[in-house]
Amino acid sequence: MSTAAPAIRIKDVSHEFGEAGDARFVRALSHTSLDIGRGELLCLIGPSGCGKSTLLNMIGGLMPPTSGTIEVGGKPVRGPMPRDIAFVFQENALFPWCTVLENVKLGMVFQGVPKAEQEERARKSLEAVGLKDFMAHHPAQLSGGMRQRAALARALSLQTEILLMDEPFGALDEQTRMILGEDLSVLLSRSNKTIVFVTHSLGEAVFLADRVAVFSARPGRIKEIIAVDEPHPRNPAFVTTEKFSRLRNTLYELLHDEIRKAVEQSATVGPGE
Amino acid sequence: MSGRRDRRSRLASRAVQLGFVASVVLAWYLATAYGHINRILLPNPVNVWHELKDVLASGEYLPDLRVTLTELAVAFAISCISGVTIGYIISRSAFLIRVFEPLLAGFYSVPVILFLPLYVLFFGLGPESKIALGTTISFFPIVLNTIAGFGYVDKIFITAARSMGASDIQMFRHVLLPAAFPVILTGLRIGFTVALLSILGSETIASLAGLGHHIVSLAEAMEPARMFAYIAFAVAIAVLLNTVVSGLERRARRT
Repeated sequence: MSTAAPAIRIKDVSHEFGEAGDARFVRALSHTSLDIGRGELLCLIGPSGCGKSTLLNMIGGLMPPTSGTIEVGGKPVRGPMPRDIAFVFQENALFPWCTVLENVKLGMVFQGVPKAEQEERARKSLEAVGLKDFMAHHPAQLSGGMRQRAALARALSLQTEILLMDEPFGALDEQTRMILGEDLSVLLSRSNKTIVFVTHSLGEAVFLADRVAVFSARPGRIKEIIAVDEPHPRNPAFVTTEKFSRLRNTLYELLHDEIRKAVEQSATVGPGE
Repeated sequence: MSGRRDRRSRLASRAVQLGFVASVVLAWYLATAYGHINRILLPNPVNVWHELKDVLASGEYLPDLRVTLTELAVAFAISCISGVTIGYIISRSAFLIRVFEPLLAGFYSVPVILFLPLYVLFFGLGPESKIALGTTISFFPIVLNTIAGFGYVDKIFITAARSMGASDIQMFRHVLLPAAFPVILTGLRIGFTVALLSILGSETIASLAGLGHHIVSLAEAMEPARMFAYIAFAVAIAVLLNTVVSGLERRARRT
């Protein structure tokens, strides 16, 4: 296996909901191609309904593309690949009937990891996200930010090469979100995972990503890819630099018209995604 | 949020409740002791109390209690097994839910007690017709809650489990079952209560044995004090059973 091979290869992928001619027919994503390198953190950003979450779900094998192919580690994706890919969802993806520790262990239970190892890996990953004192709590007893830390610990414990994160901090307030972003950058710089991160936040995208893929309004396609040339882990002071503002402004300009278009679309056909 | 004030207001409401019950009993006593009320229609509470002590001491209630409890146990077992199984099968398909949920909800609102004469024709005056009625009545809340429990599990839980590689069996054991369990439990509790009510009720209408039957035969024998004692006994049994079932439900919910 050559190291130059991308971790994820997306080839001419489209996705449509419903049948052509149908009233509810939506072309979410249109002819998208993209290579994601090993150890890279790629952010997908774009207006609502542009198909970025759809693309993430297709990479993870949760839904098949209408056309085109996706390869992970050189193998075509045909369904979930739990040994290679772990997900962090927007929120409430923790099982409320399990404690935090049980939640983290459950993914390993599904994959038949030996009991003793489950316990050790779960504790380690919970410690890494700063939740070691909350292992016996239930999700309902935690704040939103802590719940997302637990969800991250669950994904980390699976020790996959690839992490797919679907607006993981989308429901959190700005300040919690900032701290979680900083911690995530530190955590991930040590792990050398390949990460695809969907977000609505321009600042979050610039702060976390090696590259940011900007999507157009529906039917979504990649409008431009912006490289953020800044070593990990990112220093919190990065946010105050001129480079950060310049990149953020570039994203803003690229996105602004697309967001308007998306708003007009949703006014005529109703909410998508 | 003062715990002490909470406790005090709870104590106050308990005191009022007790006082209310005591004054009803007192009014009952005064009315029968000093008022011009026919003793056949309303016996004296003191007499009722003596009759109740006699009933309990003699143990003569045992055969009837056994009949009623057996009917209840059989009816509840049948409706649990069939309700949960059928509910689970329906919940597996959006189409089946769309077809059967409104249908079953419609049947649920039919007063099934009206079928008792039919059941008596089919199954006779013995326990079989009571079992059939109790089963029919308790089946609906159980099947409907099972559909609601299994059929409306939050999609994100299923997606998350699938992304982590859960097999069908693991999905059932670790996701569907714990998600549906509290809802099903509520259905079982409601099913139990309505089964008990309908069995006692149908025993008073057409039967050969059971607590309901005994109460009616005492009324026909013009023994109102003993009849009231039996009613009190049946109420106590019903309260006891419902308390046990609610307690079990609360305990299962916690774990």
